[in-house]
Amino acid sequence: MTDTPASTPLSRRDFLKAAWMFLGGIAALETAGIFIAYLQPRLAEGEFGSVIVPGKVDDFPPNSVTHIPNGRFYIVRTGDGGFLAVYHRCTHLGCTVPWDQTAQKFICPCHNSQFDRQGVVENSPAPRPLDLFALTIEDGELKVDTGTIIQRQTFETAQVVYP
Amino acid sequence: MDEKNSLPEPSIFERMRNRLTPEGIPSDDRGRMRMVMDSLILHIHPAKVEVSSMKWTYTWGLGGLAALLMIILGLTGIVLLNNYTPAVPQAYLDILEINSNVWFGELIRNLHHWSANLLIVVSVLHLIRVFVTGAYRPPRELNWLIGVAMLLLVLGANFTGYLLPWDQLAYWAITVGTSILSYVPLIGQWLTRLVLGGPEVGANTLLNFYSMHISFIPLIIFGLMSYHFWRVRKDGGLTVPKSSKQTEDPKPERVTTIPHLVHREFIFALAWTAALLTFAMLVPAPLEGIANPAMSPNPAKAPWYFMGLQELLLHFHPLVGAIVIPSLVIIGIFTLPFFDLNPKSVGVYFRSRRGRSLTLLAVGIALIATPSWVLLDEYVLNWTLWLPTWNTLFSNGLIPLAVILLPLLLLDSWIQNSFKADTEERVLFIASFLFTAFIILTVIGIFFRGPGMSLYFPWNMPIVTH
Repeated sequence: MTDTPASTPLSRRDFLKAAWMFLGGIAALETAGIFIAYLQPRLAEGEFGSVIVPGKVDDFPPNSVTHIPNGRFYIVRTGDGGFLAVYHRCTHLGCTVPWDQTAQKFICPCHNSQFDRQGVVENSPAPRPLDLFALTIEDGELKVDTGTIIQRQTFETAQVVYP
Repeated sequence: MDEKNSLPEPSIFERMRNRLTPEGIPSDDRGRMRMVMDSLILHIHPAKVEVSSMKWTYTWGLGGLAALLMIILGLTGIVLLNNYTPAVPQAYLDILEINSNVWFGELIRNLHHWSANLLIVVSVLHLIRVFVTGAYRPPRELNWLIGVAMLLLVLGANFTGYLLPWDQLAYWAITVGTSILSYVPLIGQWLTRLVLGGPEVGANTLLNFYSMHISFIPLIIFGLMSYHFWRVRKDGGLTVPKSSKQTEDPKPERVTTIPHLVHREFIFALAWTAALLTFAMLVPAPLEGIANPAMSPNPAKAPWYFMGLQELLLHFHPLVGAIVIPSLVIIGIFTLPFFDLNPKSVGVYFRSRRGRSLTLLAVGIALIATPSWVLLDEYVLNWTLWLPTWNTLFSNGLIPLAVILLPLLLLDSWIQNSFKADTEERVLFIASFLFTAFIILTVIGIFFRGPGMSLYFPWNMPIVTH
């Protein structure tokens, strides 16, 4: 459907051919769209992906790392009492990263990526720090929204939530 | 056919048989050729084949073996469906049931498992055979493309099937394997969610993989396979083996497909079926504990055929290791027949005497260079430490890639200058080098990587207990 020179006007046959091609193309795109939309993931209420309450502020002593398996995250409490909800999925290839209490860091069993207690990469191949979930504190109770995964490039103090 | 008229009225069974094969298998060559021409099923073969193209040590029967394995996989797969539910945790319980409480269940599962694994090996060997004999050159380029597409589909079929037992092995291999997708530029995250049917491997993933494994992929493979066979005929049959000095035989000896080729194929298929059955009786398919999303085993390994890829991931930024290098390799394999054209050496193993020496040289260099590079990168090189301000895509990806590509370019110009290698020999040299390197990476990944993906000798491998 490029511009035709003025000397050769578009014949009816060519116009209809091009119009059919155009409409056929749109129909093909629509069909592809329907299939892709149909295959979109569906999420059920109450599963991983909803807001999860891991406990109260006082349940987590300062300088502690607590695994919340059903929420797929760690509650990290800093020395000065702040909170982080760290997704337990390695940013390299998706393995579940255990917290190593003796080494005081997250060590991934799959490709040996290592992260400090804020989730910052200490040893590649992981390309970025562990992801976070939005964490809020209401009436002394922690609430973690596992529906939104927050990717980050570094650790900033603004990420820490204080009661 | 005077005798026939004097016989009494044929029975219903005789009439049925006569309808299927009118006068039995004809005893003369002409009749047999006619039969091949008339039969839809036998259409996959030409009426006559060149005697020399049937030489066992030329093709090794690899294409035929791949077809046999497809048939075995189809049959065992269909019956396995009757005892399997793609749900969590029922899938795992069903596998336990198949192994312990279904007549011949374990045998069928083992046969399916080992045939699928053997199919990967056989497909790759088939590709190598076609490559080293130059059998993909015009007019056979299209069949090469179809073959490579089928190899990718076979990998897809294996990968989707890997998840179905829903054990720890399956769960983590698929987690690691699908995470590679998230490094596709721009649409990676979206694509991973679409494939997994959610944020992580779960019930939706099992259903997605099951449907791909039993419908979409086998259907496409079946279509391509039929086309692949038909194209062999259309392109003038198999290539004919030659030694490097021989010239084209002006009047090659040809025989009819029935019985000469069909009998050989039948015996070959019987022997392999017996061998596979024996193997499946003796060696059980692996099965670990039920999938536990909260605990990654240490080490967590991808399926064995992706261990070379996983080894690359240990050395490169994921975008380079999982996307850039594999894409380049796949594009390279697809486009091979379009720049390696010389029709003269078709049918000659390794192109020429010089080609043979160069292949040996390439394999030798790769055998030494690859493990050395792995050790060097593991213990000495630390690009991210040396280039701390650089983006890791460069410091841990593109720069190391350039550093290993440079010696390859030097080797290439060296064989051009010192050995007067032409294009087809250079293609052979570089492909042999890269292929050997990939095999070595796979072997290192499977046998030498232990807990924490550190390097150990296989006989010294520590076992982590949970």
